[in-house]
Amino acid sequence: MAHVRVQEGPFDPGREIAALTEGRRDVGAVATFVGMVRDLNEGARVTRMSLEHYPGMTELALEDICAEAARRWDLLDMRVVHRVGPFEPGDAIVLVAVSSAHRGEAFAACEFIMDYLKTRAPFWKKELTPEGERWVEARASDDEAASRWSGGKGG
Amino acid sequence: MVTLLYFASLRERLDCAREDVALPPGTPTVGVVVDALRARDGRWSEAFAPGRAWRVAVNQRMADLATPLKPGDEVAFFPPVTGG
Repeated sequence: MAHVRVQEGPFDPGREIAALTEGRRDVGAVATFVGMVRDLNEGARVTRMSLEHYPGMTELALEDICAEAARRWDLLDMRVVHRVGPFEPGDAIVLVAVSSAHRGEAFAACEFIMDYLKTRAPFWKKELTPEGERWVEARASDDEAASRWSGGKGG
Repeated sequence: MVTLLYFASLRERLDCAREDVALPPGTPTVGVVVDALRARDGRWSEAFAPGRAWRVAVNQRMADLATPLKPGDEVAFFPPVTGG
């Protein structure tokens, strides 16, 4: 039921939400998350960012994550749209939108999908700073955020 | 043969995006392939040294050193992911 997409160009959150709700009368809640490119990371000014991914596995991983969310919560539909660069600070990079009958399920599933995306979907960020290019390092805090959904069984 | 893919900082460090390698006889695993990569020159042995943070996927699903391999498999090596 989930719709996942990787694209270069920008997305329109309003259209993604509309796609979840059009023609339906059973949706009570839509929770959305939009991730943005920040101008400061690890103490350095970020002027540009690019993103590499693993075509094929990326879509598979996002579909797996959505399927896992659907097993855990009573959801009506989900959409995940991830862009690949180049980006500038202020650009939207990822959108997750989840619909359900009640807000609790939608909020939780939206956060779960983002936490798992951060640790399981094969994307890699490269930043351009005044000191040059650098690959962004994975953060332990992202692993911790993902592991809290596993009930202590680990990532 | 299996196809090996390398992504992001690992691809740059190894200066290699893709290669085909022969599978050794017996019951090959990801670990056997990694041992062969470690036996190459310094760049490779360093990139795959024990304790280095890298991940592996087989046929586009996350895998580990014990994952068995068969001819035609696609094995991808990459650093921990940083999307979102």
